[in-house]
Amino acid sequence: MANSPAEAQGSVKEMRMQEALRETLRYEMARDGRVFVMGEDVALFGGAYGVTRGLLQEFGEGRVLDTPISESALIGLAVGAAINGMRPVVEIQFSDLLPLAMDQLASHAARYHYMTGGRINVPMVVRNKFATRPGGGPSHSSCNHGAFIHFPGLKIIMPTTPADAKGLLLSAIRDPNPVLCFESHYLYGIRGPVPEDDYTVPIGVAAVRRAGKDLTIVTCGGMVLKADAAADALKEKGIDIEIVDLRSLAPLDKETILGSVAKTRRAIVLDEGPMIGGISAEIAAMIQENLFADLKGPVVRIAAQPIPPPHSPPLVDAMIPDVGQIIDAVMRLAEGGKIS
Amino acid sequence: MLDTAKRKALLRQMILVRAFEEKLEDLYQRKAMFGSTHSYRGQEAIAVGVCSALQPTDLIASYHRGTGHLIAKGADLYRLLCECMGKADGYSKGRGGKMHMGDMAFGFLGNTGTVGGTVPTATGAALAAKVRGSKEVVVSFFGDGAANQGVVHESMNLAGLWKLPVIYVCENNQYAMTVSFEKSVAIKHLSERGAAYGFEGKTIDGNDVEAVYEATEQAAAKGRSGGGATFLECVTYRWDGHFGGDPGTGYRPKEEIEAWKQKCPIKRLKENLIRQGQLTEQEFEKMSAEIYAQLGEVAQRAEAAPLPKKEVDLNSVYATAEVADG
Repeated sequence: MANSPAEAQGSVKEMRMQEALRETLRYEMARDGRVFVMGEDVALFGGAYGVTRGLLQEFGEGRVLDTPISESALIGLAVGAAINGMRPVVEIQFSDLLPLAMDQLASHAARYHYMTGGRINVPMVVRNKFATRPGGGPSHSSCNHGAFIHFPGLKIIMPTTPADAKGLLLSAIRDPNPVLCFESHYLYGIRGPVPEDDYTVPIGVAAVRRAGKDLTIVTCGGMVLKADAAADALKEKGIDIEIVDLRSLAPLDKETILGSVAKTRRAIVLDEGPMIGGISAEIAAMIQENLFADLKGPVVRIAAQPIPPPHSPPLVDAMIPDVGQIIDAVMRLAEGGKIS
Repeated sequence: MLDTAKRKALLRQMILVRAFEEKLEDLYQRKAMFGSTHSYRGQEAIAVGVCSALQPTDLIASYHRGTGHLIAKGADLYRLLCECMGKADGYSKGRGGKMHMGDMAFGFLGNTGTVGGTVPTATGAALAAKVRGSKEVVVSFFGDGAANQGVVHESMNLAGLWKLPVIYVCENNQYAMTVSFEKSVAIKHLSERGAAYGFEGKTIDGNDVEAVYEATEQAAAKGRSGGGATFLECVTYRWDGHFGGDPGTGYRPKEEIEAWKQKCPIKRLKENLIRQGQLTEQEFEKMSAEIYAQLGEVAQRAEAAPLPKKEVDLNSVYATAEVADG
């Protein structure tokens, strides 16, 4: 199975992440009659971010359902439809709205398979947009992805490139489990090559976005861009950064994370979500538990400050990690660990 | 009116449902069961009346007081008892207990302990039927307590909007744990809510198994032919407390409990059958004795069955196969 567009066979087309997601939905809806889409504004309007544009015209209102504002029931109905043999894909407009459906996600979708002794499967996908950004404010710009790793049974994906958006979403729709797909506001518009054929990226496999020997930054989503910008700046200072993009938060790709840090022996975990009890805490703990003796310095976390996401740009900038912060953290580790 | 054979079958099923509850109570008292019971005694006519009116391909979703629904839909008694007792042979291999099971082999979508939590599950299964164009009808069992959960309202709105083939069977036993119906809602009949979602709502006598059967048959025929959802409020009473350790008397007058026991659904059908010359007292005793004896044998096997091994099976959390197979 191909991990990057370079390894994929067949032709490649340049497109933005929204288009890649849309092409994937079209592709799988045409191939599998069990797949249908529902959500607020997904049919006539084509989705708040245009991801489902054109699906109504192609597949009809029987398979592309505009819904009232009822997040809890949408996800709950998807659970029932999935148990009864369908493959629903639900769009939730903001990750902030997932908590409305927490019971259906955490106590129903996630648990049905295990708690029925494996007699019930819940193959469904919940797509949502996330990112802490100016103007979003406390109810429209949460990064709550880390909260969902507490619920065994959910799979969680977070594509970073348009190719991964296709590959991961296709895997998610075909997966026999409930999959939460976090789509970053910061990545929607970025263009990249996307394989046109049946291209899947396995869930649970991270990607090394940038190879380096001095220090590993483990990150995901929109933070991959900031890590990359920091790595460019650090290159000029002679520091060689490796970037591990998680792509899947559940299950976590322990092997790739530990493999990279075992090589570089220095690690920063960078996350847009809250630091306290978040995915960065989990990964930092995992690294020190497994590689303590090999590490040349502490595993450093850079993540969001413990405040609700604010509205005004300077307040947002102060809350979420920036490139300067990453560079400073690397320099502190570099001095302590004597990168030459 | 239903024919004699059908009426006797309903009677037999109701006795079985009650016998099962009494067996659970016995196991609970002897500490042979983990967790608690949620006795269904007094409400048997609803599970039996509804499930007997369905086709084998029709589906149900249940809730915490759900063993009666499962038995009436065709669950295997041994597996069911084993699950209640946390045994490895249980429907959920001991992982779920009596509140968490599911098996599409007999049309059972699942039950959970979140009050109202499976109402969207049932509604979504009905949506699947509509999207696919298949003909199954789905029953959503829930209580008067669940009727006030947000997700229940959201689900019913969607069922009305999309004309989904779902029957909302609200078992109004008049108490949500200890809080009475009168202290929970401002309306007289929950069935009035059907109108708010754009479908028919009916209040029926939940202790009259034949009335429940007929109402379900009509609602199922309507759902199957594209007529959409129905809200069936079945008025009934739970004889026992909310759970095993609750005598049920601290918040309900004794006279009220006694009065409802006089309206026993089993007694009612039995007396009707005897009066109409379709059953004798002797026949009833024989039927009852057979059911209790049969259940006693199953319970002996279940009690002797082993608990699961003490182990964490990390491979059991995610499904790996396209079709769940247990």
